[in-house]
Amino acid sequence: MRFFKIFLLIFLFTNVTSANVEIENNNLKSKILKNIRCLVCQGQSVYDSESEFSDSIKLLVKKQIVEGKSEEQIYEFLRDKYGDWIIYDPKLNKNTYILWLLPLLLFLLGGAIMINKLKFKK
Amino acid sequence: MKNKIYLSIIITFLIFCFVIFYNGLNNPNIYTPKINKKKNIPIFEAKDFSSGANIRSGKIFEKNTFYVVNIWASWCVPCREEHELLMKLSRNKNIKLIGLNYKDNFNNAKKFLNELGNPYSQILIDKNGLLSIEFGAYGVPETFVVNKKKTIIKKFIGPINEEILSQIEKIIK
Repeated sequence: MRFFKIFLLIFLFTNVTSANVEIENNNLKSKILKNIRCLVCQGQSVYDSESEFSDSIKLLVKKQIVEGKSEEQIYEFLRDKYGDWIIYDPKLNKNTYILWLLPLLLFLLGGAIMINKLKFKK
Repeated sequence: MKNKIYLSIIITFLIFCFVIFYNGLNNPNIYTPKINKKKNIPIFEAKDFSSGANIRSGKIFEKNTFYVVNIWASWCVPCREEHELLMKLSRNKNIKLIGLNYKDNFNNAKKFLNELGNPYSQILIDKNGLLSIEFGAYGVPETFVVNKKKTIIKKFIGPINEEILSQIEKIIK
């Protein structure tokens, strides 16, 4: 009887753990797919698209997650195959410096103007 | 004086932003893939169409041979259109034509080849499209030219035509 209880506990524990892993993997998969652009559709993410291309990418992402690859490793693989355009969230590189730095420059410029105006008022 | 300096800085900055955004508007917002980017052939394992055996890419692509990799499917209408040109290309002894049968039904693919002829020296099965992704493909049909150093030197998206065929023949001369 005692042996049966221990067995039942181990069985339940492993099932709960594997269910948790599956939920985590599914969440990660959805997150990644929403950040991948469907290259053969207009304005759709792979997550939303049902094209042949997107179906293959969905399968690939699932496979790579199961293999234990990280989110960044999956993006890197896709960047290598299709270029930066496939990822919605652009990486900081020489082509995207302006995109990333312009808001900061605008913020700094606005701040400088405001400080200057306040000083001028005083 | 100070105000004038500020004003000129702001105006210069606004002109800079305008130029950037104006140039951005002129860029096409449709994705245009880089077709001339050189890449090494991917390392993979795939099922052979005729024998059903698993083959590694290292055994398929040999050095000092030109290869043309063509992604095709029996359900793909443009593949039917380009097939005659592939048959023509297969007569060229300087190359080996490798076919990737993309998400296809085996019997339909066989019927397709029986009907139109088999231009491929080897066909690999890409049942779920993952092999095509390894090549950086978008769909069917798509054609890649692999040089003697096992590097993909050119890719053609869509069906090949006479012009593309002469381009390929020029590359492998």
